[in-house]
Amino acid sequence: MAAPVDAVGEMSNSQQLRMRRIFSYVILTLFAAISLFPFFILIVNMTRDTHAIQKGFSLLPGSYLIKNFNTVIKNHDWKMLNSLKNSLIISGLTALLSTYFSALTAYAIHVYDFRLKKFLFTFILMIMMVPNQVSALGFVKQMSSWGLTNSFIPLIIPSIAAPATFFFMKQYMDSALPLEIVEAARIDGSGEFRTFNELVTPILKPAIAVQAIFTFVSSWNNFFIPALILDDKNKRTLPIVIGIIRSADFAKFDMGAVYMAVGISIIPVAIVFLILSKFIIRGIALGAVKG
Amino acid sequence: MKHKSISYAKWGYIFIVPFFVAFILFNLIPLVSTFYNSLFENYMGRGGMVQVGPNFIGLDNYKTMFDPKTELGKYFGNTFILWILGFIPQIFFSLLFASWFTDLRMKLKTGAYKVIFYLPNVIMAAAMGMLFYTMFAQNGPINSIYTTITHAESPYMFFDHVWSQRGVIAIINFMMWYGNTTIMLMAAINGVDPSLYESAQIDGATPSQTFWKITLPLIRPILLYVLITSLIGGLQMYDVPQIITRNGEQVQRTSMTVVMYLQKHLYSKNYGMAGALSVILFVVAAVLSLMVFYATTEREPKKKVKKGGIK
Repeated sequence: MAAPVDAVGEMSNSQQLRMRRIFSYVILTLFAAISLFPFFILIVNMTRDTHAIQKGFSLLPGSYLIKNFNTVIKNHDWKMLNSLKNSLIISGLTALLSTYFSALTAYAIHVYDFRLKKFLFTFILMIMMVPNQVSALGFVKQMSSWGLTNSFIPLIIPSIAAPATFFFMKQYMDSALPLEIVEAARIDGSGEFRTFNELVTPILKPAIAVQAIFTFVSSWNNFFIPALILDDKNKRTLPIVIGIIRSADFAKFDMGAVYMAVGISIIPVAIVFLILSKFIIRGIALGAVKG
Repeated sequence: MKHKSISYAKWGYIFIVPFFVAFILFNLIPLVSTFYNSLFENYMGRGGMVQVGPNFIGLDNYKTMFDPKTELGKYFGNTFILWILGFIPQIFFSLLFASWFTDLRMKLKTGAYKVIFYLPNVIMAAAMGMLFYTMFAQNGPINSIYTTITHAESPYMFFDHVWSQRGVIAIINFMMWYGNTTIMLMAAINGVDPSLYESAQIDGATPSQTFWKITLPLIRPILLYVLITSLIGGLQMYDVPQIITRNGEQVQRTSMTVVMYLQKHLYSKNYGMAGALSVILFVVAAVLSLMVFYATTEREPKKKVKKGGIK
């Protein structure tokens, strides 16, 4: 029944519909271009030298890519490679710990019945939105009294308690982890901890992947807390180096090298994002529907 | 089954231990310590040479914070202005794009657009700030375009004027978040019963009627969620204005946000004032969080009636 009516509706509007489609595509393409423009400028300027950059912008790349790269690598104030390594260690471990322990906590709330369960669940939901800047003062003082200034521990271990990741995992389990599976594992004589590690984590893989990416990216980009904890030149993460380049009078620097430094900090994440974008976009949508 | 699960209760406690130990050590104790510090006079006097305090002074730090000379209101105002300047275009374009992407008649190919729109969100805010700073700089590309089009004699100094500086920050925030909001709103619109759109189409409703009469009322809970979470995110705004305005000092601190002001106190080891400011920030964030909590749990009964057993 619906089909013919639908067809008539479409027939009478086909001209209008085509105009709407063209209009939409034009606007969307314009926004895509605006979104990509800064990256385009970045990539072009990574290949140019200071004089060319200061003369004005160009759409054509130059021939200084390798030279700019070497300048950045050799700069002993920035220690770019070292910062890249620090950022990788911190973000990698953060993603690993945060997803594993959030899944474990969500599993506890999902599977077991215990007296504090309801209270703890509500409690985690309540603290989810409180920004971590509000406890930054106490955090910095506490870490320095524990002798953890310039250590990576205060940047990695706290991620074990990640309320937002927990919440996502819990929602995922509600839809994808029937309790019968756990019951069946018990009957087969599997211990509780082993059941979680060997049976449940594979089921949670999609959720773990999405949250691992999000956690990795937000740790990689984190600026506020690391800037307060790390001041040793050898311990800096990438955002701190970018902040340092910016707060110095960087116009005096080799601009090609400045662009190269920015490029080194963002291109790895951009590539990972492009490869895994399907996963990520599905993850955001899932969070929206459930959240 | 109920009986069985009770005997496993201790595993529930064991599995949540790491989470709560980490939470208590790295969140709760620091939070309490922050509150405690706000009651003490504790700063570096004479340009960082002499440690003053800690001496207990009760609520004096709060009095100083709310003193008009401190201009705390100005920093909250700046934060709000920077947020709303980015949020208005963000919600407008996200709604527009989400309704286009989900339009059953237009059948647009959306995959690549979603990826490109979201891309700026994964980029380090500090690096985005840096890129935009160079783009809008005296001899950056925006000024080359500006001088070519207008034949102006000198470039426009975007970072020397209140509203152009705020505008650049708002543009960055907009670009970083409109993709994310578009995808979230798309998911919400996709959750609307498709038969409603079909019958509207049969009844001859125009796309704008469908949008205002069906889509908008039905995604209101998600809109509310987006609004409040964005407001909470806005309250924490730090990286972008920090990079753009050189620690907030440019143009008489007209783009200094609350968290930038907090960071300034933390960095100069003015712990008493930093503590008082943190508590104020906490109260504001807590009120907003409660709003999220009620906004999201209010619509839960409708959805979860079937699953009632969870609670």
